[in-house]
Amino acid sequence: MNQDTSILEGSVCPVPLQHKDQIVMGHGSGGRMTHELIQRHFLPHFANEALLTGNDAACLQLPDLANLQGRLSLSTDSYIVSPLFFQGGDIGRLAVCGTVNDVSMLGATPLYLTAGFILEEGLPVEILEKVLSSMQQAAAEANVKIVAGDTKVVEKGKADGLFINTAGLGWIPAGRQIGGEQALPGDVVLLSGSMGDHGIAVLAARGELGFETGVQSDVAPLNNLIHSVLSAAPHVHVLRDPTRGGLATTLNEIASQSRVNILLDEKNIPVLTAVRAACEMLGFDPLYIANEGKVIVILPPEEAEAALTAMRTSPYGALATRIGEVKSSPASRVLLKTLIGGTRILDLLAGEMLPRIC
Amino acid sequence: MRFIDEYRDAHLVKGVLDEIRRTITQPWVIMEICGGQTHAIMHYGLDQLLPPEIELVHGPGCPVCVTSLELIDKALIIASQPGVIFTSFGDMLRVPGSKGDLSSIRAAGGQVKVVYSPLDAVRIAQENPGKEVVFFAIGFETTAPANAMSVVQAQALGLKNYSILVSHVCVPPAMHAILSSPHSRIQAFLAAGHVCAVMGYWEYPPIAGKYQIPIVVTGFEPLDLANGILMAVRQLESGKVEVQNAYTRAVTFEGNQAAQAVINKVFQPVDRQWRGIGLIPMSGWGLRSEFYEFDAERRFNLGQIQTRESPLCIAGQVLQGIKRPSECPAFGKQCTPQNPLGAPMVSSEGACSAYYRYSSAAEQLNSGGL
Repeated sequence: MNQDTSILEGSVCPVPLQHKDQIVMGHGSGGRMTHELIQRHFLPHFANEALLTGNDAACLQLPDLANLQGRLSLSTDSYIVSPLFFQGGDIGRLAVCGTVNDVSMLGATPLYLTAGFILEEGLPVEILEKVLSSMQQAAAEANVKIVAGDTKVVEKGKADGLFINTAGLGWIPAGRQIGGEQALPGDVVLLSGSMGDHGIAVLAARGELGFETGVQSDVAPLNNLIHSVLSAAPHVHVLRDPTRGGLATTLNEIASQSRVNILLDEKNIPVLTAVRAACEMLGFDPLYIANEGKVIVILPPEEAEAALTAMRTSPYGALATRIGEVKSSPASRVLLKTLIGGTRILDLLAGEMLPRIC
Repeated sequence: MRFIDEYRDAHLVKGVLDEIRRTITQPWVIMEICGGQTHAIMHYGLDQLLPPEIELVHGPGCPVCVTSLELIDKALIIASQPGVIFTSFGDMLRVPGSKGDLSSIRAAGGQVKVVYSPLDAVRIAQENPGKEVVFFAIGFETTAPANAMSVVQAQALGLKNYSILVSHVCVPPAMHAILSSPHSRIQAFLAAGHVCAVMGYWEYPPIAGKYQIPIVVTGFEPLDLANGILMAVRQLESGKVEVQNAYTRAVTFEGNQAAQAVINKVFQPVDRQWRGIGLIPMSGWGLRSEFYEFDAERRFNLGQIQTRESPLCIAGQVLQGIKRPSECPAFGKQCTPQNPLGAPMVSSEGACSAYYRYSSAAEQLNSGGL
């Protein structure tokens, strides 16, 4: 390309570079380059009727809410993970699964997503392609359509490669009342699998552990697992995914919302050996580390076994187990029965988790 | 996990606790030196399982907590200078100085980086030849070998842009200081297992002899702690005074000779200010003269500075085991992990933070904390 322009120099205006390989400011101009970027890279992954229409907004066919008396579940989240790729996932899979899961936590069936991209000048298009392809695969697995989107480009140094915002819309069938405020004394607390995998996988990918680990992020769409649980156990009170802040922080939120006490049994909380080992070395507590493919289910005890069986049939719920129970007091607190039989408060994480010094 | 699970086994711990109950006939006050032990005790709820005759008092063994206010203020001055990359263990970022903390310097545009090891700081110095890279070398005997090694490496690499702000402290002089205090109620020590893994325990028989106090080298898992307490109680009940090792899988009498050699090569004993406690003679390590070029205090020529402590914080009394965190009027009110007034509320090894995070539901609810 450079050679071509030098030959032409002086006789005609140089042919503009095509910039097929990396993102430049022009890709965010809204003009021809933006259109080409969308045509060449976004649409092949996300093609669907609503998106292909090419209007400023997607026109969607929702389930017949009036007849079914259902409601909508709507959620949005921004994804800024560094690095963009890690063992078990990438920012694209995360951006789809995170929002699909949030929408699903009201017992909704997720239907549609929007995706907004902030691209940093200089981002290799190859990276963008990999992320888009991963989003498409995750969306297919979750059976949701990405129906609207936006792309902006910011100057080099103003972003970390690629940020994604997704919003998700889902449908809640009539009669379903699921939420963090619904936990009742007497309920049991189930967990779909091991704690801390995602956080440790991302730390490892950053090279911050100083040692190798085989830990894979658990990032996954949980709507199919949740669908099975709700079919088997229709009276679920709470669904919540323990993402940032981990299990401890999420359960504290639920305890506060429902004004109940949650008592956990530490020995029943699954943590993979490799995650435990990494946490031991760094002085981290796996109960405060982020997960992206796990769900807490709180429900009446008589439906617990059916829900566990349903979870265990999903590829994302093989380690599902019962970890605790809901009590009335002390309200708004989470207590942990320790491995050696003591009891302590499991509090919210204060600030960021830091490795120990010695 | 081998070497971990068996030391957290509820049945084994219960067996040792039963033995403590059978042995004990009267109240005893035992200090665990190390903040890591304080946290383990609270984390596992071991304090609730011990017989009521045992009072555990928390020691000064938190490196973040005892780092002097003057050195933290110096760190803040250095970190806010242009052209400096200031590197530190994460815990130090939120320790309050006279004005602000390192994380507020970072938010204001200063280059403050969290590292997991001082050798990472050396690498940063290599990669940034145009910047002054300073590492905040805090800690007890446990962190000293790696911090010393970073200086040895920097010298070998010919780095002219690497220096360390040294605030090293040593355990035995602090034990002397605590036991010489007229307020001391301590009847036995659990010595810090990690410190002894480096230093051995040859420094302790003179302390045990001089103050007639049993000392038991103790590890960090529930079974280690229970065993250490049992050995201390047996000595106390039988009137014996010895230095015993309950952490034989990690600690020998001589300790880690290679680690001690690199410490002695780079550091020499110096007087040291302990935050909340005061000056303890020959209680720390400073760089030897042959390594002065790596001394950040000399490189940045900071001189004397004025410091100011929060008037509410009773960290000094907490660190000496005179008061419990929950006896502080600011505990859980003005002073929380989100808004710490003193270092013991910040560090993952600080006694106040341990109380705040782990103390039994009843105690925290009664104290009105949170």
